[in-house]
Amino acid sequence: MDNYEVVIKSKTKWYEVNLKEVFMYKDLIKLFVQRNFALIYKQTILGPLWLILNPLVTSVVFTVVFGQFAGLSTGGMPQFLFYMSGNTIWMLFSSSVNGTSGTFLNNAHIFGKVYFPRLTVPISQMVTSVINFLIQFAMLVIVYFYFLFFTDEAVAFSPYFLLLPLLIIQTALLGTAVGVIISSVTIKYRDLAVAAGLILQMWMYLTPVVYTLDSVSGVMRTLLLLNPMTSVVNNFRFCLAGGGELVTGYWIYSAVITVLLAFGSIVLYNKMEKNFVDSI
Amino acid sequence: MKPIIEVKNLKKRYRLGVIGTGSLAGDLKSYMAKITKKQDPNLTIEQSERKKGDSFMALNGVSFTVNKGEAVGVIGSNGAGKSTLLKLITRVTSPTDGEIVLRGRIASMLEVGTGFNGEMTGRENIYMNGAILGMTKSEIDRKLEDIIAFSECRDFIDTPVKRYSSGMYVKLAFAVAAHLDSEIMIMDEVLAVGDAKFQKKCLDKMFDAANNDGKTILYVSHNMATVKRLCSRCIILNEGKIIFDGDVDRAIEIYLGAIGNSAVKGDLSQSPRFGDLKPEVKLMSYKISNRDFTVFENKEPLKLEFEVKAFKTVEKARLRMIVKSPELVPIGAFTSDEVINVTEGENYKLEAEFDLSNLVKGKYIASFLIFYEKDGVIEEYDSVSDVFFFEIQESKGDLPWNSHWLGNIRMNISNVKIERV
Repeated sequence: MDNYEVVIKSKTKWYEVNLKEVFMYKDLIKLFVQRNFALIYKQTILGPLWLILNPLVTSVVFTVVFGQFAGLSTGGMPQFLFYMSGNTIWMLFSSSVNGTSGTFLNNAHIFGKVYFPRLTVPISQMVTSVINFLIQFAMLVIVYFYFLFFTDEAVAFSPYFLLLPLLIIQTALLGTAVGVIISSVTIKYRDLAVAAGLILQMWMYLTPVVYTLDSVSGVMRTLLLLNPMTSVVNNFRFCLAGGGELVTGYWIYSAVITVLLAFGSIVLYNKMEKNFVDSI
Repeated sequence: MKPIIEVKNLKKRYRLGVIGTGSLAGDLKSYMAKITKKQDPNLTIEQSERKKGDSFMALNGVSFTVNKGEAVGVIGSNGAGKSTLLKLITRVTSPTDGEIVLRGRIASMLEVGTGFNGEMTGRENIYMNGAILGMTKSEIDRKLEDIIAFSECRDFIDTPVKRYSSGMYVKLAFAVAAHLDSEIMIMDEVLAVGDAKFQKKCLDKMFDAANNDGKTILYVSHNMATVKRLCSRCIILNEGKIIFDGDVDRAIEIYLGAIGNSAVKGDLSQSPRFGDLKPEVKLMSYKISNRDFTVFENKEPLKLEFEVKAFKTVEKARLRMIVKSPELVPIGAFTSDEVINVTEGENYKLEAEFDLSNLVKGKYIASFLIFYEKDGVIEEYDSVSDVFFFEIQESKGDLPWNSHWLGNIRMNISNVKIERV
């Protein structure tokens, strides 16, 4: 490597994010992802089964509590499918946030000792969340097919399912961006680490996970739609099984917010990683 | 050809004390007070604005270049800025000012075993650790055999490392770091790993890397013997600046001269302290009471008086003097009984007599430690390193002694008899 040259300076421009270097460490990202999986299920009885059990049990609980006891409307969709679809996409979001929000604090011991592109850590967390999601999504699709072929419930098949990948990528990006911003701010303010769990919980209830968007009207509906996850969860359900209606305007708004937050979080992360070792 | 490492006017500032108030609310209050020109509610009493902004220049304008294939030692007393320099070069943190240009990949061995995970097997950890240090999977695949062989852990390679002994753990970690395919190797006293045999193996490996593989080495150490062996050039750092850059022997001489205080008395209250200390008893000053200079015949004792200040009431603490060679290799230590009993807030005079009769001719450095031991657990109260130099001269009638072969400690045999059988 004769032309290899790295210049380390005190100040770098805000847009100097070395993505090429991140790419050079793609093996590391792969190993981080493998590690994430290996570590969760080492010394457990059910192992990877938890991955499927978790959303199934949550969806059953939601169906019983919100569907049967509270009797919330699901807009004609089978209750179990309704809660499971909302829950699955929401879990992608929340696990993207949770997986990355502790990046700096949890890796302080490694970051303080050796250099590697710091972005590899949140990226690998995001990949982990997406793989987890895909397994759960496969489960969801099975449930969906069951309702489609073996019941008379109001489940439709539409070409809108082609939009699902977009929604999934957007959710993972948004969740990771929020998590990375939290991780950058927690370097200085530890309270946010505690608050993050609470915020995420509130956020879920401000997103139509356990209720339909149609059941809310007026100003509340507009306020809900300002939450970028609202249109995503709603559209996810629509594209999968034709529940509710497709929200377009606010979806575009949500996509813009996602892109802005994604860029913002990378810039912030990049700025914080340089000296965080001195202040953690 | 351009130098492989170029460091230009490098500076690193650390802020002293607590950074911010630790909470968003607290910082906002301080910020609002600044805008409205009121007094900051988060300043403690007696803490002035100036003090709050106090900072410390760990590196203050360091410039040097290293050419390909050079092995450069970096020495300096604790707090001189060595570790900061390496942290900047390895990009763990970034400089306050100045620039570093690197024309080669860096293998950092500042902390071996970084990223090791107890749940993963040795083999998995080799891959993980190698990738963190910048190797690709195919590179590690190629070197896996060498690494396992070097680590001497073949039988355990598929066992989770949490079941390793600490020695095996370090050996495996060092093996990975030593096999990095990089042009520049940075080391911070990592050679102090494993048993003696493994240490020698590590040193040989480094020596080989420097001399035969044409790798560039930056080596930070307190162990002058290894610096001498490994390096062809030496930089001395002192208070964040380079005070010497050149020949190794000359550098060691200057360095030892710089820390080599041979005064018979001195103030210790401001001496730098390192390590995990419980600041309950502090050595304030020392004085050699039976001498006007620090040269001793080994028949006479070294008598010392310390001024000691007690910040807490402490009982049954001990005094220890560690004797090191001029290369800063520990030779031996004196340890007192549990005699130090002090009451909070009082000042004391601590006297001690050290029997030097077993030390052979030569120069030594004394360090002091006050500690408390119970059930094998040691609590250190105060520790001052490399306080003064002293010299031992031969007494009349001593056997000629070549410490190169015989070491620095004279041991006695008793009851030696020979009888015809």
